[in-house]
Amino acid sequence: MNGVTLEAGLLLAAILFILGLISVLIRRNIIFMLISVEIMLNAAGLAFIVAGMHWAQPDGQVMFIFILTMAAAEVSVGLALILQLYHQLKTLDSDAASRMKG
Amino acid sequence: MELTFYIAAAVAILATIMVITRYNMIHALLYLVVSFLAISVVFFTLGAPFMAALEIIIYAGAIVVLIIFVIMMLNLNADSVKTEEEWLKPRIWVGPAILSLVLLAELIYIFTASDMPASTVAAVDAREVGIALYGPYMLGVQLCGMLLMAGIVGAYHLGRQKKKVIHRFLEKEAAQ
Repeated sequence: MNGVTLEAGLLLAAILFILGLISVLIRRNIIFMLISVEIMLNAAGLAFIVAGMHWAQPDGQVMFIFILTMAAAEVSVGLALILQLYHQLKTLDSDAASRMKG
Repeated sequence: MELTFYIAAAVAILATIMVITRYNMIHALLYLVVSFLAISVVFFTLGAPFMAALEIIIYAGAIVVLIIFVIMMLNLNADSVKTEEEWLKPRIWVGPAILSLVLLAELIYIFTASDMPASTVAAVDAREVGIALYGPYMLGVQLCGMLLMAGIVGAYHLGRQKKKVIHRFLEKEAAQ
């Protein structure tokens, strides 16, 4: 039917994951770090879908649904944490939150 | 079909690069939506149409809208764009970018060097996914429900504002 190879799909997932990793490493804004984690989770889900396509099994898509659920829960808790952090420190700088004091 | 995959993949990579290099947060989110839509097209070409719909509804719909709401609540202005520009200097991003690209080169080498068995492409429709999800993966579905419950309770608990214990007249005196 189509000639998309396993390598091409996994390469796309790897490139997207590395881009998200670079962004987590270089950014200081905490919202951008959260967005980058979303990109990395999405790339991991893409790898599962590609593998499920290759062996024509539904398990890859099941794992993608689980990753989707996890990403939704993670982003809600993460954004609540960011709101609290902004109210406490009045900045989005992740370095400002490096010391936990009570 | 193959060309569709490659075009969508190129769009996804370009949009993601634009996301991680923007200074303005809303511009980055717009590119993030484009990236998610392109990945959804990739899912469609890979024979997972239900997952393509879920990608648009949950990632491009719910998660991005949630982040936009928080950005609106934080009330960021033009100064924050300038701060972001100061934080993201080439001196800072060159080192991690090079190290990560080395990792990417290794991954590419692994994918291209190993000999994978030939692909047998057949669309796996939503019916098979549902049967697998509520058959052997039943425990995972229930754990996902618990995770979402914990997420709701945790987000409510963390996002709640502390009640003021000091009276507003006393607060005015304390400020002076």
